[in-house]
Amino acid sequence: MEEGKQKMTTQDDHPSSVLHPPSSEIRPQTEASERIKVEGLNFYYGAKIALSDISISIKDRRITALIGPSGCGKSTFLRCLNRMNDTIGGTRVEGSVLLDGRDIYDRGTDVVELRRRVGMVFQRPNPFPQSIYENIAFGPKVLGLHKNKKDLTDIVEQSLRGAVLWDEVKDKLKQDALSLSLGQQQKLCIARSIAVKPDVILMDEPCSALDPIATLQIEQLMQSLKADYCIVIVTHNMQQASRVSDHTGFFWLGKLVEFDNTERIFTRPRQKLTEDYITGRAG
Amino acid sequence: MSRESFDRELRVLQDHLLDLGKMVERAILKSVEALKTKDTEEARRLMAADYDINRRRYAIESETMVLIACQQPMAVDLRTLASVLEIATELERIADYAKGIAKLTLQLENKTFIKPLVDIPRMAQKAAGMLHDSLVSFTNRDVEMARAIASRDGEVDDLYRQIYQELMTYVIADPNNMEGASHLTWVAHNLERTADRVVNICERVIFTVTGELSDLEEGMA
Repeated sequence: MEEGKQKMTTQDDHPSSVLHPPSSEIRPQTEASERIKVEGLNFYYGAKIALSDISISIKDRRITALIGPSGCGKSTFLRCLNRMNDTIGGTRVEGSVLLDGRDIYDRGTDVVELRRRVGMVFQRPNPFPQSIYENIAFGPKVLGLHKNKKDLTDIVEQSLRGAVLWDEVKDKLKQDALSLSLGQQQKLCIARSIAVKPDVILMDEPCSALDPIATLQIEQLMQSLKADYCIVIVTHNMQQASRVSDHTGFFWLGKLVEFDNTERIFTRPRQKLTEDYITGRAG
Repeated sequence: MSRESFDRELRVLQDHLLDLGKMVERAILKSVEALKTKDTEEARRLMAADYDINRRRYAIESETMVLIACQQPMAVDLRTLASVLEIATELERIADYAKGIAKLTLQLENKTFIKPLVDIPRMAQKAAGMLHDSLVSFTNRDVEMARAIASRDGEVDDLYRQIYQELMTYVIADPNNMEGASHLTWVAHNLERTADRVVNICERVIFTVTGELSDLEEGMA
């Protein structure tokens, strides 16, 4: 369903910030507005086309899952959403990726600001080799998001609360971040990502290095975060996609085969290829 | 990527469902035959056989739960397993109708039928035929066949109404016929419900293939 474009948000009128962490209470789902609109996206690694004619509308305050076999282009697509592919030589993009109505591939785009607004959480937790506190404080410091030290400490606390990690680490903020368990490290990375007040959080296989308990904790965290953020997750785990997401896109050989409500995709997909993939008969 | 192991287990499960279906189909036909011939031995055997049918239904339910838990099926696979659970339940309920007819046979042992049993065996043939065909349509995932079978429910309903009205005329003519008429009405009722449950099975066939749940009886009303 096509919806009107949302106005650009600023830090001042951002609907929710780290100072207003997501509630753990279940909130009713309201009508979602469009946060990202991708139109006719082609992506090339040199002469090789990796994504072909992708068009998709990604809603705010919803979790969108991207599934598909290895090499189908889902991670490449995810990295197109905050221009992470720019760092790879010989790549080329055609089409448009609109964030709140503005094409992020326009020449005038501030890529640093773009990546603040569209944060990323990676497959393996990648905390800096610094204290827990410094890991969270780093982004706000670099971007100058705080007025004074107390302000910064508040951002750290609220970010850790937002990532449901505060109670576990509040007494050891000066401790090395690498001393945390893998699950805690991934939560720390999520806290680090929300500390800079993003609008969108991209997650590339965020649970693939985690045990089942830590995986469920991250999934619960995603559910609470979606009250305030647009989340896009790439996952190989179809049960995870079906558990956590509202919308699912199925990629195959660089094409978006089907995009629909998650419930529909996993019960009555419209395309045979989607059905063959999710029932384990293709891929 | 293939799911040979899952596909194999699904085929085995489906075979078990079809075996259950055959047992239930036989139970319906034999229960009416036992009634017609007042074969109380056979009626008692049928009542005892119902325990076996129940056990098989539980086994199918258990196998299905294991497949759901261990194979995490999705889309058509999940719909198939959901349908197996539903169909097994419907079959067990139909078997209960056969058991009910067997019980009535014991009650009618020393009594004379108030009318010759002609239409009741016809109802049984029609209902059992629908049951047989519904399981064929499930095996073949044949939506058109499922719809056609469901439309045959009207014939069974017509026979039920006809039997009921006929039995009522016997009661009006002689109130002493009340008990005999009541017993036969129950038999006809059980057969009419059997056909209704077959319609439910047909709905599950359509759901398995299309993912759409629709009330076939409503469509025919």
